[in-house]
Amino acid sequence: MCLSIPAKVLEINGEVAKVTLGGTEYNASLQLVEDVKIGDYVLIHTGFAIQKLSEKEAQETLKLFNEFEELNKQLDEEEEKTGKRIA
Amino acid sequence: MNENILLGHGSGGKLTHNLISNLFVKHFSNPILEKQTDSAILEINANNISFTTDSFVVDPLFFNGGDIGKLAVAGTVNDLAVSGAEPLFLSASFIIEEGFSFSELEKIVKSMAEEAKKANIKIVTGDTKVVDRGKCDKVFINTSGIGILSEKNKEISSGEKIEIGDKIIINGTIGDHGMAIMATRNDMNFSSNIKSDCASLNQLIKKVIDSGADIKFMRDATRGGLSTVLCEIVENKSYGIEINEDDLAVNENVRGICELLGFDPVYVANEGKVVMVVSNKDSEKVLAILKKDELGKASSIIGEVVDEHHGKGWINTEIGGKRIIDMLAGEQLPRIC
Amino acid sequence: MKFIDEFRNKEKAKKIVRAIENISTKEIKLMEVCGGHTMSIQKFGIPSLLPPQIELLSGPGCPVCVTDRKYIDQAIAYARLDNVIITTFGDLIRVPGSSSSLDNEKAKGRSIKIVYSILDALKIAKENPTKKVIFLAIGFETTVPGTAAGVITAAKENVDNFYVFSSHKVMPPAMNALIDEGVKINGYIGPGHVSTITGTGIYSGLAENFNVGCVISGFEPLDLLQSIYMLVKQFEEKNPKVEIQYKRAVKVEGNIKAKEMMYDVFEYRDDWWRGLGTLANSGLGISKKYAKFDAERKFDVEVEKTKEDKGCICGEILKGLKSPKDCSLFANVCDPSNPVGACMVSNEGACHAFYKYNRE
Repeated sequence: MCLSIPAKVLEINGEVAKVTLGGTEYNASLQLVEDVKIGDYVLIHTGFAIQKLSEKEAQETLKLFNEFEELNKQLDEEEEKTGKRIA
Repeated sequence: MNENILLGHGSGGKLTHNLISNLFVKHFSNPILEKQTDSAILEINANNISFTTDSFVVDPLFFNGGDIGKLAVAGTVNDLAVSGAEPLFLSASFIIEEGFSFSELEKIVKSMAEEAKKANIKIVTGDTKVVDRGKCDKVFINTSGIGILSEKNKEISSGEKIEIGDKIIINGTIGDHGMAIMATRNDMNFSSNIKSDCASLNQLIKKVIDSGADIKFMRDATRGGLSTVLCEIVENKSYGIEINEDDLAVNENVRGICELLGFDPVYVANEGKVVMVVSNKDSEKVLAILKKDELGKASSIIGEVVDEHHGKGWINTEIGGKRIIDMLAGEQLPRIC
Repeated sequence: MKFIDEFRNKEKAKKIVRAIENISTKEIKLMEVCGGHTMSIQKFGIPSLLPPQIELLSGPGCPVCVTDRKYIDQAIAYARLDNVIITTFGDLIRVPGSSSSLDNEKAKGRSIKIVYSILDALKIAKENPTKKVIFLAIGFETTVPGTAAGVITAAKENVDNFYVFSSHKVMPPAMNALIDEGVKINGYIGPGHVSTITGTGIYSGLAENFNVGCVISGFEPLDLLQSIYMLVKQFEEKNPKVEIQYKRAVKVEGNIKAKEMMYDVFEYRDDWWRGLGTLANSGLGISKKYAKFDAERKFDVEVEKTKEDKGCICGEILKGLKSPKDCSLFANVCDPSNPVGACMVSNEGACHAFYKYNRE
């Protein structure tokens, strides 16, 4: 379950953050999180920020996707050599 | 004039008479209406008449991009226009709750007059009823419309001429109206710049029809969204439809609120969108005409009629997967999960 | 970095799919135990991309679907009390009880309001001091801290006409019970947002005791494909373990502050799950400290005898033993506009997701 999506923090007033979801603004509660700053992305669920998203970790994940590129290249090369489709 | 609508405004007496003369006739002014006869006398030279009716009960009455009045005109105009007809005349009936603010009613009436002018149609007859407080929600409007339909466009509304290979076109972004309403509802606590796409499409559609393009079918994608129209097209037919998610335009702010509430934009209501099925050879031409118009800037060819999965619509998803599209069943509710 | 668009990319998806095909040699059954995953998987058409030997099953990850019918009947009994306003997430509104639903009761004039957040329910309580406002608290660990925050706020602000009716549940007992019951799963797609709160410790028993791996996944299509790749790799290498794919949101320790609030307001209790029956310590009731906000302690109502529908196989589906397509009611008697079972009501119920995106 647990629909929750990333939103960017625009303003912070005490325990409330004004966040934007592609232009739609919502006042989310910060009661469940610590040290959120303006510009951070947070996960919003039922009106609460439940976690800050780490840009560094997101970049790492995207890097991992690039490893699949490498693997695909290798597979392509093998296919060239053998003339056979390799999954 | 009183500040609020009283039961007396619906009594048929002096107050009613004043309301009609000083509000409706004043703003909707045209020679046919001004005669104030029991029925409007219309001179029409045509073999085929298109006739449609629709009621409007939107809450809130005023939203970003329109209001119930604009909607009441555009909605009925569009029902005529997508049948291939040229809309000419509308009726407008009001059911008003006792105590409703006169100035708000006037705002709605002005907005209707303005939209009627834009769409180049006349509001020629109408009616007013006032009900006890609590018996209706502020104001309900019914509009019926008459248009003329030339012989060559008679098949458009049935879709009988649709063939495999025809292209499917829509005149812009989806989901704007439904999400504008959702965001305006004060219990949701959103502030949003989403604007309803509410608009009369008859001038835009006329341009396409006048170009002589081979239009097989048109329908406006209102409640139930784009997917419901696509399902109606293929239902019990010996062809299917395939559309590409990549080709669907969704405004960023609409997508944001959809993601938050767990809505799928293909099921969300529009009020200014026409889905056209056009023969392949004319599809690019139609697209170019649409794109030149303010109401069709973001038009795109979103898919085609195929000789596969007969009777069903499929979406090629943005990551290259496939999924079925279905009619909206029940209303989409905000969900947490 | 927008955290959405980067994780939806056709070209990258193709490449991960090919990598999966490249390492996958054996039949494998993977279960997602989060309704949000069920929705994403169907909406993006992920099954249509995978090779036939990889089967995805939907588990008991939709809180609406696993909730006891008695809970709905009791909520309806509360709605029928004088001066009560029921506040609920949209998810519950159409779920059939034994003889009625919240939707039906609303049509009969009971005061039932859909809210997006417990904080909206609290606001309604403050605006209506003469009414008793009951919030129907459903959901797993992702949603529980919010409910806790709502109760703590109500206590702080002395709102004395606000009550919570908890059906909150926790995920791990169900994940263990499924395997205990002999459901054949080779790996779990772990619930990303639950883990955002709980951290990864709760899954350690899976690999150790049951030999089943768990990859905690994000919700975008590339997240899910990568998690599937990781699970296939574990399975092929016979190396089941708990891994985090969704590192941008999930830390090993989870969200400590949220957990503290959760344990302040709630305490474990046994709870009943559709398809699994009663599971020890799988539910959360309001703790003694906050007893005055507990609807169950406050209101004494007569609840009708629970009646289940004949022919509905929700229970089997929730266990991954059967697919919605195996149900004789599916798409002929039972559809989203006329749901027989909870799995068809909830947007993320397996039957609903199947109906909407995957009927052939």
